[in-house]
Amino acid sequence: MENGAKVIFRHTLSVLVDNEPGVLARVTSLISGRGFNIESLSVAETMDAKVSLITLITSGSPPIIEQIIKQLRKLINVIKVVDLTEDDYVEKQLVLVKVRAAGQGDRSELRSLCEIFKGKILDVSSKTYTMEFTGNEKKIRDILILLDEFGIEEQVSTGLTAMARTRMFKKERKSA
Amino acid sequence: MEGVEVVFGYPGATTIDIHHYLLDSPLRFVMTRHEQAAIHAAEGYARVTGRPGVALVTSGPGATNTVTGLAAANMDSIPVIVFCGQVSRMMIGNDAFQEVDIVGITRPITKHNYLVRDTESLARIVKEAFYVATTGRPGSVLVDLPKDVISGQAEFKYPGKIKLRAYQPHLEPHPKQVAKAAELILAAKKPVLYAGGGVIMSGASEPLLALAERLNIPVTNTLMGLGGFPGTHPLFLGMLGMHGLYQANRAVQECDLLIAVGARFDDRVTGRLDQFARQAKIIQIDVDPTSIHKRVTTDVPLVADARLALASVLELLGEAPDYDQAARREWLAAIEAWRAEGRIDYHHLFEPIQPQMVIETLYQKTRGRDAVITTEVGQHQMWTAQYYSFDRPRRFLSSGGLGVMGFGLPAAMGAQVADPEALVICVAGDGSILMNIQEMVTIVEEKLPVKTIILNNGCLGMVRQWQQLFYHQRYANTILGPGPDFVKLAEAFGAKGFRAVTPEEVGPVLERGLAADGPVVMEFIVCQQALVYPMVAAGREIGDMLPYVAEICGQD
Ligand SMILES: Cc1ncc(C[n+]2csc(CCOP(=O)(O)OP(=O)(O)O)c2C)c(N)n1
Ligand SMILES: [Mg+2]
Repeated sequence: MENGAKVIFRHTLSVLVDNEPGVLARVTSLISGRGFNIESLSVAETMDAKVSLITLITSGSPPIIEQIIKQLRKLINVIKVVDLTEDDYVEKQLVLVKVRAAGQGDRSELRSLCEIFKGKILDVSSKTYTMEFTGNEKKIRDILILLDEFGIEEQVSTGLTAMARTRMFKKERKSA
Repeated sequence: MEGVEVVFGYPGATTIDIHHYLLDSPLRFVMTRHEQAAIHAAEGYARVTGRPGVALVTSGPGATNTVTGLAAANMDSIPVIVFCGQVSRMMIGNDAFQEVDIVGITRPITKHNYLVRDTESLARIVKEAFYVATTGRPGSVLVDLPKDVISGQAEFKYPGKIKLRAYQPHLEPHPKQVAKAAELILAAKKPVLYAGGGVIMSGASEPLLALAERLNIPVTNTLMGLGGFPGTHPLFLGMLGMHGLYQANRAVQECDLLIAVGARFDDRVTGRLDQFARQAKIIQIDVDPTSIHKRVTTDVPLVADARLALASVLELLGEAPDYDQAARREWLAAIEAWRAEGRIDYHHLFEPIQPQMVIETLYQKTRGRDAVITTEVGQHQMWTAQYYSFDRPRRFLSSGGLGVMGFGLPAAMGAQVADPEALVICVAGDGSILMNIQEMVTIVEEKLPVKTIILNNGCLGMVRQWQQLFYHQRYANTILGPGPDFVKLAEAFGAKGFRAVTPEEVGPVLERGLAADGPVVMEFIVCQQALVYPMVAAGREIGDMLPYVAEICGQD
């Protein structure tokens, strides 16, 4: 009878919340307080200024994810929770990387990598390139592996943000 | 507007304006002697009346003292609203005198909380606080009131009805699920109703009784559910779980259908989870969707108010449902056999007094008086749950989920404020009673005739019990010194005190104490070695119980 499914999956949750002080803290402390981990998080206002969208990524077995979703829905300020993993969705993340680029060879190779992956070179110094890439998690990972061969000096990234391919928060937009 | 008549609390600098107005208001203010007690008292009040309990405290230490009470009420789904003072808005974040981030501190232990940012939103937030605390699965709510918001002025507009976009509790059962539940109930040969505090919260006792009687289904209660089903009813199995009665645990382990009503499969109930009700299909009625599939997988979840859900099931089943009566007779006979097998025996005239005997005698002496019994936490709590039969809901008040020592006395105080005519009795241990003993002052000053029974076993019995059974009788920090003279202590507070030392004195002391006017403390010097049986050891399945063993007293 125990709820012990062992398979662990990554889930991308879209959480629509009241745009009020303290709401993000409610969401994150609920998840961490129950011993679950947040792997990625991003927050922004929606078209309706009274509503914010939190995109968060967490991992767990199906019963754990079900608990997280239900616990989130129980929060008084949470309007809606959608598990994007169950649907078709697009996701994106932005990463900034400072790569060692000293010799001519490396520099031209980096420029062509940048072109292939539709990145941008934001800044150039005598020893480094600072580059920007966007993409889904896998693409970003692939790029970083390639860049690592040149030597990554610094790297920062945003959380993933995501959207279902069909409209998911119809009602909420209308009532705005 | 919300029907509040009483506020429990304690004043301070940030709430001084409110007290200034309370003086001229028809609201009764009961000043406890510790803020923790004010929250427990509000909870006691709420449990007895079914209406929200309200407390008012000051900022800083006043606010932090409410943490235990807020967590306790929330875990037991009791509507309690705490208003606390806060430093003025311009001071927030400056580490001002008596400033704490109480909204941050209480976020995970309340159903919801608010910091009121301007006087204009005060009325709306108060309305919301009551709405959130009392609807869906009830709980505790804290409202943090900066001093300048309190003293500010705004036009008073109290919303009549509110609807929160993000909070709409689901109360009506889904007809398809009701039909599935009814089908399982009709098909079951060995069903058990497992009823928790949700039955009491939603006022579902009547349909629960009807369902049990119409189909001859035996009923077990959780600690929180006691009184939700008549304790003297032949279909009643007693409490289940770690210290449940033998027949209750066996019935759950052997049943083919478990109907959970407003109960959440707490670990103290289920024991070893993968063995719990292992042969049963499970129907779970709960107003809180997070309770479903949390600890066990349910065959038919019914997210709804327990009263509405049971009523719908009953309606579908009809007046004379067609179920397997022969199978049911066999099932009830098996249960009677377990009842006989598990009968707990202890020796009435053993010296010193056996604590169970005090509770049994208390039950005999108060039968039919519809007493409200509160408990502290420990062995005495379990003995009260086992040996006192509750026939009505809202008559047994005990801290279930959080298990707070120090709950019983203030809860009794709140219960007596709610129902001044009732016989209100707090059953306490010698350890727990000292956790909020200062409330004897409030009880005496407010002229509340609360009767307190102390089972003095000279130890923190429940912890000592574990040490005796599982820690090689090494009684680390559980044996209490001589402690205070409780009779004199009662008298010092202005209450009456009585003491029984021998078994022969138990009856007479109870009679005299219960008959005396005003607040009374009755102390019973009981056997230190007495243990709560039956018992399921940690990690065992609940059918595997240590049976009652008579301990020889006075030999540690
Ligand atoms: C505030 C708090 N602290 C500690 C505990 C742990 N605890 C549970 S029962 C118990 C012993 C209670 O002793 P007493 O009130 O004398 O009751 P008895 O078990 O002896 O009947 C303790 C320490 C608790 N439940 N609550
Ligand atoms: Mg004790």
